[in-house]
Amino acid sequence: MTTMYTLEHEWINIEDHEAATVGITHHAQDALGDVVFVDLPAVGSTFKKGDVAGVVESVKAAADLYMPVSGEVVEVNEALRGDPSLANSDPLGHGWFFKVHVSNMAEFEQLMDGPEYDKLVKNS
Amino acid sequence: MSTPELSKTPLHALHLELGAKMVAFAGYEMPVSYPSGVLAEHRHCRASAALFDVSHMGQIRLAGTDAAAALETLLPVDVVDLGMSRQRYGLFTNSSGGILDDLMVTRREDDLLLVVNASNKDADLKHLVTHIGHRCRVVAMPEQALLALQGPKAVGVLSRLDPELADLTFLTGRRSTLNGAECYVTRSGYTGEDGFEISVPAEQAESLARALLARPEVRPAGLGARDTLRLEAGMCLHGHDIDANTTPIEAGLGWAIQKVRRDGGARHGGYPGAEAIDGQLARGVSSKRVGLVGLERAPVRAGAIIKDGRGHKLGHVTSGTLSPTVDQPIAMAYLATNHTQAGTEVLAEVRGKLLPMRVSAMPFTPHRYFRG
Repeated sequence: MTTMYTLEHEWINIEDHEAATVGITHHAQDALGDVVFVDLPAVGSTFKKGDVAGVVESVKAAADLYMPVSGEVVEVNEALRGDPSLANSDPLGHGWFFKVHVSNMAEFEQLMDGPEYDKLVKNS
Repeated sequence: MSTPELSKTPLHALHLELGAKMVAFAGYEMPVSYPSGVLAEHRHCRASAALFDVSHMGQIRLAGTDAAAALETLLPVDVVDLGMSRQRYGLFTNSSGGILDDLMVTRREDDLLLVVNASNKDADLKHLVTHIGHRCRVVAMPEQALLALQGPKAVGVLSRLDPELADLTFLTGRRSTLNGAECYVTRSGYTGEDGFEISVPAEQAESLARALLARPEVRPAGLGARDTLRLEAGMCLHGHDIDANTTPIEAGLGWAIQKVRRDGGARHGGYPGAEAIDGQLARGVSSKRVGLVGLERAPVRAGAIIKDGRGHKLGHVTSGTLSPTVDQPIAMAYLATNHTQAGTEVLAEVRGKLLPMRVSAMPFTPHRYFRG
């Protein structure tokens, strides 16, 4: 598995562990509604797993963006900053939020895999 | 998910059929949005026509020859001189001049029709029965649903069902037979657009809603769009922008108090909090409600603290969103009166950052009412 999921309905793809991509799930964007603003972390900042790294806001509400694993932010999605609706239209692709240099692979392996996450969504 | 203790409107099954996202609101399970989403619903209302189910709101009849004079003992509004078929905005006040609820009142041939907020309707009914129940008949109307058809194409849609409705002007009402249902229709709404509110017997509401939705101009809209539309229109939401601790003067709703009810007027005072409100009219207020437009992208929401450039607190935000029409953050806030001049720059504290905003006249988007 290269993509894992969190209880906060984020995904992280670790094809490149020095620049693992983080975004929100289809379920998360659907629950939020039309995304109109994202506050992305600064490149170079480091966070622990579970820290609030940013904010995603719809017309209705604001939701925190959590770090799925500890690490340093190495890139943010400038296209998403300019067009936050990408988080709705392509949450698993062009609507990614930031990339992180994972400092502890064990944290990644503790996250949910696809089938586990699907079960969580189905039961929510 | 449905919670058993929540009430349902007569359109509940239709909302589910249309794929609405349902939420608990004021004790009802209500559609917050449909699959097209809040933004599309908002824009459709500004461009065409949107149908809202507002059956959760309270409809109350006051009947009897003394009803208007009796009602004037509870609000600072001219009801006695309200012409036949005319509608007016009103506010129930408490003894300190705070706003218990806001409402619309329409003089019909046999009664006054009040429409009050869903979250306050039980309290309003009790308030009316307690204070004026001995002077007029106070009758709740749970047998009536309420639909709002709003937007520039609403008149075209509704006048196909009853051509005479095209002649109604803003804030007037009339009886109308729509799709076989005996309705009472007012040209009014909560969006800033031209539009209608339709009081329809509950058992005929779904059929009427389906007939309206069958028109290509009409799409359903939920509470999410209703909130962003009213905010752009500069209209208050009770419980957020006005409440028992804010007076009509602080709220910038002095226009709702006609001359005849003010100091020197023929029926001056005589409602709860008159002394406090007259005092504020004469001497001014220390804080008032203003509009704010954000100069950056981040929405500024209810609860955000507003500061001046030196970090002194000036007030707080009571409603805010990113305006779909002007594509900037908009908000309502109460600010110290000496910072309420249009154009004044202030700072909103959001997640530890200070975001620049500018005091702005309201509405944020122009009203487009039909005044004849």
